[in-house]
Amino acid sequence: MKLITAIIRPEKLNEVLSALYEVEVRGLTLTRCLGHGGEMEAVETYRGSTVKMGLVEKVKLEIGVSDAFLDAAIYACMHSARTGEVGDGKIFVTDLEKVVRIRTGEQDESAVTPLADLSVEVQGSAA
Amino acid sequence: MEEAVDKLADVAAVSGADTAWMIVATALVLLMTPALAFFYGGLVRQKNALNTMMMSFASLGVVGVLWATVGYSLAFAPGTDFIGGLDYLFLRGVGMEAQGTIPHLLFMVFQGTFAIITAALISGAVAERMRFDAYLAFISLWILGVYAPVCHWVWGGGWLAKMGALDFAGGTVVHVNAGIAAVVAARIVGPRRDYGRQAMLPHNVPFVLLGAGLLWFGWFGFNAGSALAADGLAALAFANTMLAPAAALVVWMFLDVRATGSTTAVGAATGIVVGLVAITPAAGFIGPMAAIALGGLAAVPSYFAIAKSQTHKLDDSLEVAAAHGLGGLVGAVLTGVFAASAWGGATGLLAGNFKQFAVQIVAVLAAMVYSGLVSWALLKGISMVIPLRADEKSERIGLDVPMHGEEAYSHGDGAVLIAPEALAGASPVPLGVPASEQAV
Repeated sequence: MKLITAIIRPEKLNEVLSALYEVEVRGLTLTRCLGHGGEMEAVETYRGSTVKMGLVEKVKLEIGVSDAFLDAAIYACMHSARTGEVGDGKIFVTDLEKVVRIRTGEQDESAVTPLADLSVEVQGSAA
Repeated sequence: MEEAVDKLADVAAVSGADTAWMIVATALVLLMTPALAFFYGGLVRQKNALNTMMMSFASLGVVGVLWATVGYSLAFAPGTDFIGGLDYLFLRGVGMEAQGTIPHLLFMVFQGTFAIITAALISGAVAERMRFDAYLAFISLWILGVYAPVCHWVWGGGWLAKMGALDFAGGTVVHVNAGIAAVVAARIVGPRRDYGRQAMLPHNVPFVLLGAGLLWFGWFGFNAGSALAADGLAALAFANTMLAPAAALVVWMFLDVRATGSTTAVGAATGIVVGLVAITPAAGFIGPMAAIALGGLAAVPSYFAIAKSQTHKLDDSLEVAAAHGLGGLVGAVLTGVFAASAWGGATGLLAGNFKQFAVQIVAVLAAMVYSGLVSWALLKGISMVIPLRADEKSERIGLDVPMHGEEAYSHGDGAVLIAPEALAGASPVPLGVPASEQAV
Protein backbone atom coordinates (compact mmCIF):
# COMPACT_ATOMS: atom_id res chain seq x y z
CA MET A 1 0.00 0.00 0.00
CA LYS A 2 1.22 3.45 -0.89
CA LEU A 3 0.09 7.02 -0.33
CA ILE A 4 0.30 9.12 -3.46
CA THR A 5 0.50 12.88 -2.83
CA ALA A 6 0.13 14.80 -6.07
CA ILE A 7 0.58 18.59 -6.21
CA ILE A 8 -0.99 19.91 -9.42
CA ARG A 9 -2.23 23.06 -11.12
CA PRO A 10 -5.82 23.93 -10.11
CA GLU A 11 -6.85 24.41 -13.74
CA LYS A 12 -5.76 20.82 -14.46
CA LEU A 13 -7.81 19.30 -11.66
CA ASN A 14 -10.77 18.21 -13.76
CA GLU A 15 -8.55 16.43 -16.25
CA VAL A 16 -6.64 14.64 -13.46
CA LEU A 17 -9.86 13.52 -11.79
CA SER A 18 -11.25 12.06 -14.98
CA ALA A 19 -7.94 10.34 -15.77
CA LEU A 20 -7.93 8.77 -12.30
CA TYR A 21 -11.55 7.74 -12.72
CA GLU A 22 -10.66 5.95 -15.93
CA VAL A 23 -8.09 3.78 -14.15
CA GLU A 24 -10.68 3.13 -11.42
CA VAL A 25 -9.04 5.14 -8.69
CA ARG A 26 -12.03 6.79 -7.04
CA GLY A 27 -11.11 7.42 -3.42
CA LEU A 28 -9.12 10.55 -2.82
CA THR A 29 -8.78 13.68 -0.69
CA LEU A 30 -8.35 17.15 -2.17
CA THR A 31 -6.81 20.20 -0.52
CA ARG A 32 -6.40 23.64 -2.04
CA CYS A 33 -2.99 24.93 -1.10
CA LEU A 34 -0.18 27.34 -1.97
CA GLY A 35 3.16 26.24 -3.21
CA HIS A 36 6.35 27.10 -4.96
CA GLY A 37 8.35 24.70 -7.05
CA GLY A 38 10.93 26.73 -8.94
CA GLU A 39 8.59 28.51 -11.33
CA MET A 40 9.13 32.22 -11.78
CA GLU A 41 6.83 34.52 -9.91
CA ALA A 42 3.93 36.28 -11.55
CA VAL A 43 3.82 40.04 -11.08
CA GLU A 44 0.59 41.72 -10.01
CA THR A 45 -0.34 45.31 -9.23
CA TYR A 46 -2.58 46.59 -6.44
CA ARG A 47 -3.30 50.33 -6.27
CA GLY A 48 -0.02 51.11 -7.95
CA SER A 49 2.12 48.80 -5.80
CA THR A 50 3.82 46.14 -7.85
CA VAL A 51 3.93 42.81 -6.11
CA LYS A 52 5.76 39.59 -6.87
CA MET A 53 3.53 36.66 -6.03
CA GLY A 54 5.89 34.23 -4.32
CA LEU A 55 3.42 31.40 -3.84
CA VAL A 56 1.15 29.98 -6.47
CA GLU A 57 -2.22 28.34 -5.94
CA LYS A 58 -2.02 24.56 -6.22
CA VAL A 59 -4.21 21.58 -5.53
CA LYS A 60 -2.99 18.66 -3.42
CA LEU A 61 -4.48 15.22 -4.01
CA GLU A 62 -3.91 12.43 -1.49
CA ILE A 63 -4.68 8.95 -2.72
CA GLY A 64 -4.22 5.71 -0.81
CA VAL A 65 -3.79 2.77 -3.22
CA SER A 66 -2.95 -0.90 -3.08
CA ASP A 67 0.24 -1.79 -4.95
CA ALA A 68 -1.67 -3.09 -7.98
CA PHE A 69 -3.11 0.38 -8.63
CA LEU A 70 0.07 2.37 -7.96
CA ASP A 71 1.62 2.63 -11.41
CA ALA A 72 -1.68 3.26 -13.16
CA ALA A 73 -2.55 6.05 -10.72
CA ILE A 74 0.86 7.72 -11.03
CA TYR A 75 0.74 7.49 -14.81
CA ALA A 76 -2.77 8.94 -14.91
CA CYS A 77 -1.80 11.90 -12.69
CA MET A 78 1.38 12.61 -14.57
CA HIS A 79 -0.09 12.66 -18.04
CA SER A 80 -3.25 14.54 -17.24
CA ALA A 81 -1.54 17.24 -15.13
CA ARG A 82 1.25 18.06 -17.56
CA THR A 83 1.42 21.31 -19.56
CA GLY A 84 5.17 21.18 -20.17
CA GLU A 85 5.88 24.45 -18.38
CA VAL A 86 7.63 24.89 -15.03
CA GLY A 87 5.03 24.68 -12.28
CA ASP A 88 3.20 21.53 -13.35
CA GLY A 89 3.71 20.06 -9.86
CA LYS A 90 5.07 16.88 -8.29
CA ILE A 91 3.97 13.42 -7.29
CA PHE A 92 5.27 12.01 -4.02
CA VAL A 93 4.84 8.36 -3.12
CA THR A 94 5.24 7.12 0.46
CA ASP A 95 4.78 3.77 2.17
CA LEU A 96 1.60 3.27 4.13
CA GLU A 97 1.87 1.44 7.40
CA LYS A 98 -1.80 0.91 8.09
CA VAL A 99 -5.20 1.87 6.65
CA VAL A 100 -8.55 1.55 8.43
CA ARG A 101 -11.96 2.14 6.87
CA ILE A 102 -13.91 3.83 9.63
CA ARG A 103 -17.38 2.58 8.66
CA THR A 104 -16.58 -1.15 8.64
CA GLY A 105 -13.32 -1.48 10.53
CA GLU A 106 -11.76 -3.15 7.46
CA GLN A 107 -8.00 -2.83 7.41
CA ASP A 108 -5.17 -2.40 4.93
CA GLU A 109 -5.70 -3.80 1.41
CA SER A 110 -9.47 -4.23 1.79
CA ALA A 111 -9.72 -0.71 3.20
CA VAL A 112 -8.19 0.94 0.11
CA THR A 113 -10.01 -1.25 -2.42
CA PRO A 114 -12.91 0.62 -3.99
CA LEU A 115 -16.38 -0.75 -3.38
CA ALA A 116 -17.93 -2.67 -6.25
CA ASP A 117 -21.35 -1.06 -6.25
CA LEU A 118 -21.10 2.70 -6.08
CA SER A 119 -24.66 3.87 -5.97
CA VAL A 120 -25.21 7.53 -6.72
CA GLU A 121 -27.75 9.36 -4.67
CA VAL A 122 -29.02 12.63 -6.03
CA GLN A 123 -29.81 15.06 -3.24
CA GLY A 124 -33.06 16.93 -3.21
CA SER A 125 -34.45 15.11 -6.22
CA ALA A 126 -38.19 14.76 -6.05
CA ALA A 127 -38.35 12.46 -9.06
CA MET B 1 -33.64 91.04 -25.58
CA GLU B 2 -36.09 88.59 -27.08
CA GLU B 3 -33.53 85.85 -26.56
CA ALA B 4 -33.24 86.73 -22.90
CA VAL B 5 -37.02 86.54 -22.52
CA ASP B 6 -37.03 83.13 -24.22
CA LYS B 7 -34.36 81.97 -21.86
CA LEU B 8 -36.39 83.09 -18.87
CA ALA B 9 -39.40 81.24 -20.24
CA ASP B 10 -37.27 78.13 -20.64
CA VAL B 11 -36.00 78.29 -17.08
CA ALA B 12 -39.56 78.75 -15.89
CA ALA B 13 -40.62 75.61 -17.74
CA VAL B 14 -38.25 73.51 -15.62
CA SER B 15 -40.28 71.80 -12.92
CA GLY B 16 -38.63 71.44 -9.54
CA ALA B 17 -40.52 68.27 -8.69
CA ASP B 18 -39.74 66.60 -12.01
CA THR B 19 -36.10 67.63 -11.82
CA ALA B 20 -35.73 66.28 -8.28
CA TRP B 21 -37.19 62.91 -9.25
CA MET B 22 -35.17 62.66 -12.46
CA ILE B 23 -31.90 63.40 -10.63
CA VAL B 24 -32.64 60.50 -8.28
CA ALA B 25 -33.81 58.26 -11.14
CA THR B 26 -30.60 58.93 -13.07
CA ALA B 27 -28.49 57.91 -10.09
CA LEU B 28 -30.61 54.76 -9.72
CA VAL B 29 -30.02 53.77 -13.33
CA LEU B 30 -26.28 54.39 -12.96
CA LEU B 31 -26.26 51.93 -10.03
CA MET B 32 -27.57 49.22 -12.36
CA THR B 33 -24.20 48.89 -14.07
CA PRO B 34 -22.26 48.03 -10.86
CA ALA B 35 -25.24 45.80 -10.00
CA LEU B 36 -24.83 44.03 -13.33
CA ALA B 37 -21.13 43.62 -12.52
CA PHE B 38 -22.08 41.70 -9.37
CA PHE B 39 -24.75 39.68 -11.18
CA TYR B 40 -22.36 38.66 -13.96
CA GLY B 41 -19.31 38.49 -11.68
CA GLY B 42 -20.97 35.98 -9.38
CA LEU B 43 -21.98 33.78 -12.30
CA VAL B 44 -18.48 33.22 -13.67
CA ARG B 45 -15.67 31.11 -12.31
CA GLN B 46 -13.43 32.64 -9.65
CA LYS B 47 -10.48 33.03 -12.01
CA ASN B 48 -12.52 35.36 -14.26
CA ALA B 49 -14.40 37.31 -11.59
CA LEU B 50 -12.52 40.61 -11.89
CA ASN B 51 -12.41 40.54 -15.67
CA THR B 52 -16.15 40.01 -15.88
CA MET B 53 -16.90 42.76 -13.36
CA MET B 54 -14.48 45.13 -15.08
CA MET B 55 -16.32 44.66 -18.37
CA SER B 56 -19.32 46.37 -16.75
CA PHE B 57 -17.35 48.94 -14.78
CA ALA B 58 -15.26 49.98 -17.79
CA SER B 59 -18.47 50.82 -19.65
CA LEU B 60 -19.17 53.50 -17.01
CA GLY B 61 -16.04 55.30 -18.21
CA VAL B 62 -15.76 54.60 -21.91
CA VAL B 63 -19.44 54.85 -22.82
CA GLY B 64 -19.99 57.73 -20.37
CA VAL B 65 -17.42 59.87 -22.19
CA LEU B 66 -18.45 58.78 -25.69
CA TRP B 67 -22.09 59.50 -24.93
CA ALA B 68 -21.48 63.09 -23.83
CA THR B 69 -19.08 63.88 -26.68
CA VAL B 70 -20.72 62.18 -29.67
CA GLY B 71 -23.38 59.58 -28.86
CA TYR B 72 -26.00 61.89 -27.41
CA SER B 73 -25.97 64.05 -30.52
CA LEU B 74 -26.30 61.05 -32.85
CA ALA B 75 -29.28 59.84 -30.83
CA PHE B 76 -31.17 63.00 -29.91
CA ALA B 77 -30.05 65.98 -32.03
CA PRO B 78 -32.48 66.92 -34.82
CA GLY B 79 -31.54 64.85 -37.85
CA THR B 80 -32.97 62.38 -40.32
CA ASP B 81 -35.36 59.51 -39.68
CA PHE B 82 -32.40 57.19 -39.20
CA ILE B 83 -29.83 59.12 -37.20
CA GLY B 84 -29.56 62.34 -35.24
CA GLY B 85 -27.49 65.30 -36.42
CA LEU B 86 -24.31 66.80 -35.05
CA ASP B 87 -25.87 69.83 -33.35
CA TYR B 88 -25.22 68.50 -29.83
CA LEU B 89 -21.65 67.35 -30.51
CA PHE B 90 -19.58 67.94 -27.32
CA LEU B 91 -22.85 69.02 -25.69
CA ARG B 92 -22.98 72.26 -27.63
CA GLY B 93 -26.34 73.84 -26.85
CA VAL B 94 -27.12 71.33 -24.11
CA GLY B 95 -27.49 73.33 -20.92
CA MET B 96 -29.81 74.12 -18.07
CA GLU B 97 -32.71 75.13 -20.30
CA ALA B 98 -35.83 72.99 -20.26
CA GLN B 99 -36.16 69.83 -22.31
CA GLY B 100 -39.74 68.93 -21.51
CA THR B 101 -39.93 69.91 -17.87
CA ILE B 102 -36.39 69.00 -16.80
CA PRO B 103 -33.03 70.61 -17.63
CA HIS B 104 -31.65 69.42 -20.95
CA LEU B 105 -28.37 68.38 -19.30
CA LEU B 106 -30.25 66.11 -16.91
CA PHE B 107 -32.06 64.43 -19.81
CA MET B 108 -28.69 63.87 -21.49
CA VAL B 109 -27.20 62.22 -18.36
CA PHE B 110 -30.32 60.10 -17.80
CA GLN B 111 -30.05 58.76 -21.37
CA GLY B 112 -26.28 58.29 -20.88
CA THR B 113 -26.86 55.86 -18.02
CA PHE B 114 -29.03 53.78 -20.40
CA ALA B 115 -26.27 53.66 -23.01
CA ILE B 116 -23.75 52.57 -20.36
CA ILE B 117 -25.76 49.59 -19.14
CA THR B 118 -26.81 48.51 -22.64
CA ALA B 119 -23.16 48.17 -23.67
CA ALA B 120 -22.33 46.37 -20.43
CA LEU B 121 -25.15 43.85 -20.98
CA ILE B 122 -23.36 42.46 -24.03
CA SER B 123 -20.32 41.48 -21.94
CA GLY B 124 -22.18 38.50 -20.45
CA ALA B 125 -22.12 36.70 -23.79
CA VAL B 126 -18.34 36.91 -24.24
CA ALA B 127 -17.27 36.57 -20.61
CA GLU B 128 -14.35 34.31 -19.70
CA ARG B 129 -12.56 34.45 -23.08
CA MET B 130 -12.72 37.81 -24.87
CA ARG B 131 -9.71 40.10 -24.75
CA PHE B 132 -10.40 43.22 -22.69
CA ASP B 133 -8.99 45.66 -25.26
CA ALA B 134 -11.04 44.11 -28.06
CA TYR B 135 -14.12 44.33 -25.84
CA LEU B 136 -13.53 48.02 -25.14
CA ALA B 137 -13.06 48.71 -28.84
CA PHE B 138 -16.28 46.85 -29.60
CA ILE B 139 -18.54 48.60 -27.08
CA SER B 140 -17.10 51.99 -28.06
CA LEU B 141 -17.93 51.49 -31.74
CA TRP B 142 -21.20 49.74 -30.90
CA ILE B 143 -22.54 52.65 -28.85
CA LEU B 144 -21.98 55.05 -31.76
CA GLY B 145 -22.79 52.67 -34.62
CA VAL B 146 -25.70 50.67 -33.19
CA TYR B 147 -27.10 52.05 -29.93
CA ALA B 148 -27.27 55.74 -30.92
CA PRO B 149 -29.13 55.11 -34.23
CA VAL B 150 -31.60 52.60 -32.75
CA CYS B 151 -32.18 54.97 -29.82
CA HIS B 152 -32.86 57.73 -32.38
CA TRP B 153 -35.33 55.55 -34.30
CA VAL B 154 -37.46 54.94 -31.22
CA TRP B 155 -36.92 57.87 -28.84
CA GLY B 156 -35.23 60.57 -30.93
CA GLY B 157 -38.09 61.12 -33.38
CA GLY B 158 -36.86 58.57 -35.92
CA TRP B 159 -38.86 56.32 -38.23
CA LEU B 160 -40.06 53.84 -35.59
CA ALA B 161 -41.28 56.71 -33.41
CA LYS B 162 -43.21 58.12 -36.37
CA MET B 163 -44.68 54.68 -37.02
CA GLY B 164 -45.96 54.68 -33.44
CA ALA B 165 -43.78 51.96 -31.90
CA LEU B 166 -44.24 51.75 -28.13
CA ASP B 167 -41.09 51.32 -26.07
CA PHE B 168 -41.53 52.92 -22.70
CA ALA B 169 -38.08 52.36 -21.21
CA GLY B 170 -36.12 50.31 -23.69
CA GLY B 171 -37.32 46.79 -24.44
CA THR B 172 -36.29 47.21 -28.06
CA VAL B 173 -33.64 49.92 -27.72
CA VAL B 174 -31.85 48.34 -24.77
CA HIS B 175 -32.66 44.66 -24.36
CA VAL B 176 -33.44 43.28 -27.81
CA ASN B 177 -30.62 45.43 -29.17
CA ALA B 178 -28.05 44.15 -26.64
CA GLY B 179 -29.41 40.59 -26.81
CA ILE B 180 -28.81 40.28 -30.55
CA ALA B 181 -25.39 41.93 -30.33
CA ALA B 182 -24.62 39.35 -27.63
CA VAL B 183 -25.56 36.42 -29.86
CA VAL B 184 -23.42 37.77 -32.69
CA ALA B 185 -20.47 38.44 -30.37
CA ALA B 186 -20.67 34.99 -28.77
CA ARG B 187 -20.77 33.44 -32.25
CA ILE B 188 -17.78 35.37 -33.61
CA VAL B 189 -15.58 35.15 -30.50
CA GLY B 190 -16.36 31.43 -30.27
CA PRO B 191 -17.12 29.17 -27.31
CA ARG B 192 -14.98 28.90 -24.20
CA ARG B 193 -12.43 26.10 -24.44
CA ASP B 194 -14.06 24.16 -21.61
CA TYR B 195 -17.57 24.69 -23.01
CA GLY B 196 -19.51 21.45 -23.27
CA ARG B 197 -16.68 19.48 -21.67
CA GLN B 198 -16.63 20.77 -18.10
CA ALA B 199 -19.25 22.11 -15.76
CA MET B 200 -18.59 25.84 -15.32
CA LEU B 201 -20.32 26.83 -12.11
CA PRO B 202 -21.08 30.26 -10.62
CA HIS B 203 -18.32 31.04 -8.13
CA ASN B 204 -20.39 33.30 -5.86
CA VAL B 205 -24.16 32.84 -5.80
CA PRO B 206 -24.68 35.50 -3.08
CA PHE B 207 -23.12 38.01 -5.53
CA VAL B 208 -25.68 36.92 -8.13
CA LEU B 209 -28.51 37.59 -5.67
CA LEU B 210 -26.97 40.89 -4.60
CA GLY B 211 -26.66 41.93 -8.24
CA ALA B 212 -30.25 40.96 -9.04
CA GLY B 213 -31.53 42.84 -6.00
CA LEU B 214 -29.59 46.00 -6.87
CA LEU B 215 -30.71 45.73 -10.49
CA TRP B 216 -34.33 45.67 -9.34
CA PHE B 217 -33.70 48.73 -7.13
CA GLY B 218 -32.02 50.61 -9.99
CA TRP B 219 -34.70 49.53 -12.45
CA PHE B 220 -37.26 51.69 -10.60
CA GLY B 221 -35.26 54.64 -11.91
CA PHE B 222 -34.99 53.06 -15.35
CA ASN B 223 -38.73 52.52 -15.82
CA ALA B 224 -40.39 55.12 -13.61
CA GLY B 225 -37.75 57.65 -14.69
CA SER B 226 -38.74 57.07 -18.30
CA ALA B 227 -41.93 59.03 -17.55
CA LEU B 228 -39.50 61.99 -17.44
CA ALA B 229 -41.68 63.55 -14.76
CA ALA B 230 -42.83 63.04 -11.17
CA ASP B 231 -46.40 62.22 -12.05
CA GLY B 232 -49.03 59.48 -12.23
CA LEU B 233 -47.37 57.83 -15.23
CA ALA B 234 -44.15 57.47 -13.22
CA ALA B 235 -46.16 55.89 -10.41
CA LEU B 236 -47.73 53.44 -12.88
CA ALA B 237 -44.34 52.44 -14.26
CA PHE B 238 -43.04 52.18 -10.70
CA ALA B 239 -45.86 49.84 -9.63
CA ASN B 240 -45.43 47.72 -12.75
CA THR B 241 -41.69 47.45 -12.08
CA MET B 242 -42.58 46.03 -8.70
CA LEU B 243 -45.25 43.62 -9.95
CA ALA B 244 -43.93 42.08 -13.18
CA PRO B 245 -40.64 40.79 -11.70
CA ALA B 246 -42.58 39.50 -8.69
CA ALA B 247 -44.80 37.45 -11.02
CA ALA B 248 -41.81 36.30 -13.08
CA LEU B 249 -40.07 35.22 -9.87
CA VAL B 250 -43.08 33.18 -8.74
CA VAL B 251 -43.45 31.47 -12.14
CA TRP B 252 -39.70 30.84 -12.34
CA MET B 253 -39.60 29.18 -8.92
CA PHE B 254 -42.59 27.05 -9.89
CA LEU B 255 -40.94 25.92 -13.14
CA ASP B 256 -37.72 25.25 -11.24
CA VAL B 257 -39.45 22.99 -8.73
CA ARG B 258 -41.16 21.09 -11.51
CA ALA B 259 -37.95 20.56 -13.46
CA THR B 260 -35.33 20.06 -10.74
CA GLY B 261 -37.21 19.56 -7.48
CA SER B 262 -35.75 22.67 -5.90
CA THR B 263 -36.07 26.44 -6.08
CA THR B 264 -32.59 27.51 -7.06
CA ALA B 265 -31.14 30.87 -6.03
CA VAL B 266 -29.49 31.48 -9.40
CA GLY B 267 -32.86 30.69 -10.98
CA ALA B 268 -34.63 33.17 -8.70
CA ALA B 269 -32.13 35.90 -9.59
CA THR B 270 -32.54 35.15 -13.29
CA GLY B 271 -36.35 35.17 -12.99
CA ILE B 272 -36.25 38.64 -11.43
CA VAL B 273 -34.07 39.97 -14.24
CA VAL B 274 -36.28 38.45 -16.94
CA GLY B 275 -39.37 40.01 -15.33
CA LEU B 276 -37.62 43.39 -15.22
CA VAL B 277 -36.55 43.12 -18.85
CA ALA B 278 -40.05 42.16 -20.00
CA ILE B 279 -41.87 44.99 -18.21
CA THR B 280 -39.42 47.61 -19.49
CA PRO B 281 -41.14 48.37 -22.84
CA ALA B 282 -44.61 48.10 -21.29
CA ALA B 283 -44.13 49.87 -17.95
CA GLY B 284 -46.08 53.04 -18.77
CA PHE B 285 -48.64 51.54 -21.14
CA ILE B 286 -50.32 48.70 -19.25
CA GLY B 287 -52.21 48.33 -15.98
CA PRO B 288 -50.83 46.65 -12.87
CA MET B 289 -52.82 43.41 -13.29
CA ALA B 290 -51.65 43.19 -16.91
CA ALA B 291 -48.09 43.70 -15.59
CA ILE B 292 -48.48 40.63 -13.38
CA ALA B 293 -49.70 38.63 -16.38
CA LEU B 294 -46.90 39.95 -18.57
CA GLY B 295 -44.20 39.15 -16.01
CA GLY B 296 -45.51 35.64 -15.46
CA LEU B 297 -45.87 34.92 -19.18
CA ALA B 298 -42.43 36.29 -20.04
CA ALA B 299 -40.73 33.95 -17.57
CA VAL B 300 -41.77 30.85 -19.51
CA PRO B 301 -39.90 31.19 -22.85
CA SER B 302 -36.74 32.47 -21.16
CA TYR B 303 -36.83 29.62 -18.63
CA PHE B 304 -36.94 26.95 -21.32
CA ALA B 305 -34.41 28.76 -23.51
CA ILE B 306 -31.92 28.72 -20.61
CA ALA B 307 -32.71 25.11 -19.73
CA LYS B 308 -31.94 24.12 -23.31
CA SER B 309 -28.92 26.39 -23.78
CA GLN B 310 -26.33 23.84 -22.65
CA THR B 311 -27.14 21.78 -25.72
CA HIS B 312 -26.34 24.63 -28.13
CA LYS B 313 -23.09 25.09 -29.96
CA LEU B 314 -23.38 28.80 -29.28
CA ASP B 315 -21.68 29.66 -25.98
CA ASP B 316 -23.59 32.67 -24.64
CA SER B 317 -21.79 32.42 -21.28
CA LEU B 318 -24.30 34.21 -19.07
CA GLU B 319 -27.49 33.78 -21.13
CA VAL B 320 -27.77 37.35 -22.39
CA ALA B 321 -29.79 36.25 -25.41
CA ALA B 322 -32.28 34.19 -23.40
CA ALA B 323 -32.71 36.70 -20.56
CA HIS B 324 -32.43 40.04 -22.36
CA GLY B 325 -32.97 39.26 -26.05
CA LEU B 326 -35.90 36.91 -25.61
CA GLY B 327 -37.27 38.67 -22.50
CA GLY B 328 -37.14 42.03 -24.31
CA LEU B 329 -38.77 40.57 -27.40
CA VAL B 330 -41.62 39.00 -25.44
CA GLY B 331 -42.10 42.20 -23.44
CA ALA B 332 -42.14 44.39 -26.55
CA VAL B 333 -44.67 42.17 -28.32
CA LEU B 334 -46.86 41.83 -25.21
CA THR B 335 -46.83 45.64 -24.91
CA GLY B 336 -48.75 45.56 -28.20
CA VAL B 337 -51.20 43.12 -26.62
CA PHE B 338 -51.83 44.63 -23.18
CA ALA B 339 -51.54 48.38 -23.92
CA ALA B 340 -54.71 50.02 -22.57
CA SER B 341 -55.79 53.59 -23.24
CA ALA B 342 -57.03 54.01 -19.68
CA TRP B 343 -53.41 53.81 -18.47
CA GLY B 344 -50.87 55.08 -20.95
CA GLY B 345 -53.08 56.40 -23.74
CA ALA B 346 -52.17 53.75 -26.34
CA THR B 347 -54.21 50.64 -27.14
CA GLY B 348 -53.10 47.12 -27.97
CA LEU B 349 -54.43 43.86 -29.36
CA LEU B 350 -56.71 43.22 -26.37
CA ALA B 351 -58.42 46.53 -27.11
CA GLY B 352 -58.78 45.51 -30.76
CA ASN B 353 -55.80 47.48 -32.07
CA PHE B 354 -54.09 44.98 -34.35
CA LYS B 355 -52.00 47.69 -35.97
CA GLN B 356 -50.16 48.40 -32.71
CA PHE B 357 -49.33 44.71 -32.35
CA ALA B 358 -47.89 44.66 -35.88
CA VAL B 359 -45.90 47.86 -35.31
CA GLN B 360 -44.35 46.32 -32.20
CA ILE B 361 -43.19 43.32 -34.21
CA VAL B 362 -41.77 45.53 -36.97
CA ALA B 363 -39.82 47.54 -34.37
CA VAL B 364 -38.33 44.43 -32.77
CA LEU B 365 -37.39 42.92 -36.14
CA ALA B 366 -35.82 46.17 -37.32
CA ALA B 367 -33.66 46.38 -34.19
CA MET B 368 -32.67 42.70 -34.52
CA VAL B 369 -31.62 42.96 -38.15
CA TYR B 370 -29.76 46.25 -37.81
CA SER B 371 -28.03 45.38 -34.53
CA GLY B 372 -27.11 41.91 -35.77
CA LEU B 373 -25.58 43.06 -39.04
CA VAL B 374 -23.67 46.06 -37.72
CA SER B 375 -22.40 44.20 -34.63
CA TRP B 376 -21.11 41.48 -36.94
CA ALA B 377 -19.34 44.01 -39.16
CA LEU B 378 -17.79 45.83 -36.20
CA LEU B 379 -16.41 42.64 -34.65
CA LYS B 380 -15.02 41.45 -37.98
CA GLY B 381 -13.38 44.85 -38.45
CA ILE B 382 -11.83 44.83 -34.96
CA SER B 383 -10.56 41.27 -35.43
CA MET B 384 -8.45 42.51 -38.35
CA VAL B 385 -6.59 44.83 -35.99
CA ILE B 386 -6.46 42.94 -32.66
CA PRO B 387 -7.40 39.35 -31.80
CA LEU B 388 -10.82 39.09 -30.18
CA ARG B 389 -9.89 36.09 -28.04
CA ALA B 390 -7.50 35.73 -25.15
CA ASP B 391 -4.72 33.22 -25.80
CA GLU B 392 -5.11 29.67 -24.58
CA LYS B 393 -2.90 30.03 -21.52
CA SER B 394 -4.75 33.14 -20.30
CA GLU B 395 -8.06 31.39 -20.71
CA ARG B 396 -6.77 28.37 -18.79
CA ILE B 397 -5.43 30.30 -15.79
CA GLY B 398 -8.29 32.81 -15.93
CA LEU B 399 -8.34 36.32 -17.39
CA ASP B 400 -7.96 38.26 -14.13
CA VAL B 401 -4.17 38.17 -13.86
CA PRO B 402 -3.33 38.38 -17.61
CA MET B 403 -5.79 41.24 -18.31
CA HIS B 404 -5.83 43.18 -15.06
CA GLY B 405 -2.77 42.12 -13.05
CA GLU B 406 -4.91 41.33 -10.03
CA GLU B 407 -6.82 38.45 -8.50
CA ALA B 408 -10.33 38.74 -7.08
CA TYR B 409 -9.48 36.87 -3.89
CA SER B 410 -5.77 37.31 -3.45
CA HIS B 411 -4.29 35.43 -0.50
CA GLY B 412 -1.21 37.64 -0.37
CA ASP B 413 0.86 34.93 1.34
CA GLY B 414 4.42 35.03 0.15
CA ALA B 415 3.86 38.17 -1.93
CA VAL B 416 6.85 40.49 -2.07
CA LEU B 417 6.55 44.23 -2.63
CA ILE B 418 8.79 45.40 -5.44
CA ALA B 419 10.34 48.81 -4.71
CA PRO B 420 9.58 51.48 -7.33
CA GLU B 421 13.36 52.06 -7.76
CA ALA B 422 13.80 48.47 -8.87
CA LEU B 423 11.22 49.00 -11.55
CA ALA B 424 12.38 52.46 -12.58
CA GLY B 425 15.33 51.37 -14.70
CA ALA B 426 13.64 48.34 -16.13
CA SER B 427 11.67 48.38 -19.32
CA PRO B 428 7.90 48.31 -18.82
CA VAL B 429 6.85 44.88 -17.70
CA PRO B 430 3.71 43.31 -19.09
CA LEU B 431 1.59 42.28 -16.17
CA GLY B 432 1.11 38.65 -15.37
CA VAL B 433 4.03 37.47 -17.46
CA PRO B 434 6.43 35.29 -15.48
CA ALA B 435 9.64 37.13 -14.63
CA SER B 436 11.69 34.54 -16.52
CA GLU B 437 9.99 35.35 -19.79
CA GLN B 438 10.39 39.07 -19.19
CA ALA B 439 14.12 38.85 -18.63
CA VAL B 440 14.95 36.76 -21.67
